[in-house]
Amino acid sequence: MKKIYLDHVATNPLHPEVLDAMMPYFKEHYGNPLSLYEPGMKAREAIENARVSTAELINAKAREIIFTASGAESNNFALKGIAYAFQNKGKHIIVSKVEHHSVLNSARFLEKQGFAVTYLPVDNYGLVNPSDVEKAITDETILISIIHASPEIGTIQPIAEISRIAKEKGIIVHTDSVASAGNIPVDVLELNVDLMTFAAHQFYGPKGAAALYVREGTRIVPLIYGGIQEGGRRAGTENVPAIVGMGKAAEITKRDLQKRIDHVTPLRDSIIGNTLKTDKVILTGHPEKRLPGHASFVVEYIEGEAMLLMLAAKGIYSASGSACSSKALKSSPVLISIGIPVHLAQGSVVFTLGEGTTGEDINYFNETFPQIISRLREISPYAKGWEETEAPACTAKK
Amino acid sequence: MAFAKARQLNNNRLKFLNEPMEADAETDIIYMMCPMHLLTIEDKVKEIKAGQILSILTDYDGALEDIPEWCAKTGNEFLGIYEDADHYKFYIKKIKESQ
Repeated sequence: MKKIYLDHVATNPLHPEVLDAMMPYFKEHYGNPLSLYEPGMKAREAIENARVSTAELINAKAREIIFTASGAESNNFALKGIAYAFQNKGKHIIVSKVEHHSVLNSARFLEKQGFAVTYLPVDNYGLVNPSDVEKAITDETILISIIHASPEIGTIQPIAEISRIAKEKGIIVHTDSVASAGNIPVDVLELNVDLMTFAAHQFYGPKGAAALYVREGTRIVPLIYGGIQEGGRRAGTENVPAIVGMGKAAEITKRDLQKRIDHVTPLRDSIIGNTLKTDKVILTGHPEKRLPGHASFVVEYIEGEAMLLMLAAKGIYSASGSACSSKALKSSPVLISIGIPVHLAQGSVVFTLGEGTTGEDINYFNETFPQIISRLREISPYAKGWEETEAPACTAKK
Repeated sequence: MAFAKARQLNNNRLKFLNEPMEADAETDIIYMMCPMHLLTIEDKVKEIKAGQILSILTDYDGALEDIPEWCAKTGNEFLGIYEDADHYKFYIKKIKESQ
């Protein structure tokens, strides 16, 4: 049976060149980067080279990159680190309702610590309106954190416009670029952000390697105190092979990004065009301002999980988009925020493409998916329309 | 910050300034802990010329003992500390070019 991986927003396979670059740091160059003898110095040099490549991917300076272990860590670091560093200036933070849980839950944690948080609404495409940002700003606002691109609905936010508004008021801007960095061009100077989160496994690097870009001169309270690693801002012996892998993946991505975009965009458009031919299927997210390899839908009358299972039985691996729906059987806060009713939100499916996705794969998908929808609708208790139904929603909405 | 702590230290190397000084270079290591203050000074002193002044912004109390001590050991001149609202500003004059 064919195996077609359409869940690239969840993670990606390691690029073979990345694995090759990492291997010596598991074997020969195992030294602690703080050690002053040769194996340690080799490891130190590799980290600093990786820092340069990682910075170049987002047009930053090497010294503005702090390596972390995950996008979630970087997001926690950004929110808590900036909140604590600037709490004497103000205690108000602005995020959107469509943030990743590592941002939303950090914001909720900070609320418990006495900070005030505004959760901005989005429109039906998932876009934050910059004028809403402007209206939400108070004299107490110290940080605005808006996700760059949604992994769930693919929408790309107007970060540069939001930053422009924030900068006029001297407010720090963070963006979670986990889903965007490596999939679209990301330039911290063009976006004019002070902090940016990104993760290696989103661009064919290893899991366990991520970074927080912190603009030079921006004060931040470390999440992890200890040694002098990462300039004293993130203690702990470095995961050298993973960092090397991130650097290599960043270098390859910078080289191949346009080729990847050109490859996945028509395939994604084929999925969207074909899937929307089926009745009662809604494209979620913005039709144009979306990630190039990202197609997401809500299919009426059937559950996302049922579709995923039947797709997996046909060798197609995809996602329902949110841990809320896949693990907690709740409605996704992102889908609720874009106005999808609770009963429809259960029918969410997300297909994300990568450089290994072929036209043949998409042809197979385009044949298979409509058949699965038909089959599930035949056995759906709602096939003839929705009855009164209500499911518990996640609590992201404020 | 409990600046009183600085005053209570029995450290005859400490000098307090009533006004901030002009500096040729500044490094902000607020929220960084030991030993980042010393490592940063080492790096930054290399970047300035003999006779120039480096200011170090830190909120790390340990710096009150460590920075004057570091200056004494390395032969640089510790010019003093200015207490800002929530951090210290240390001033160091580089003495020898070879550092």
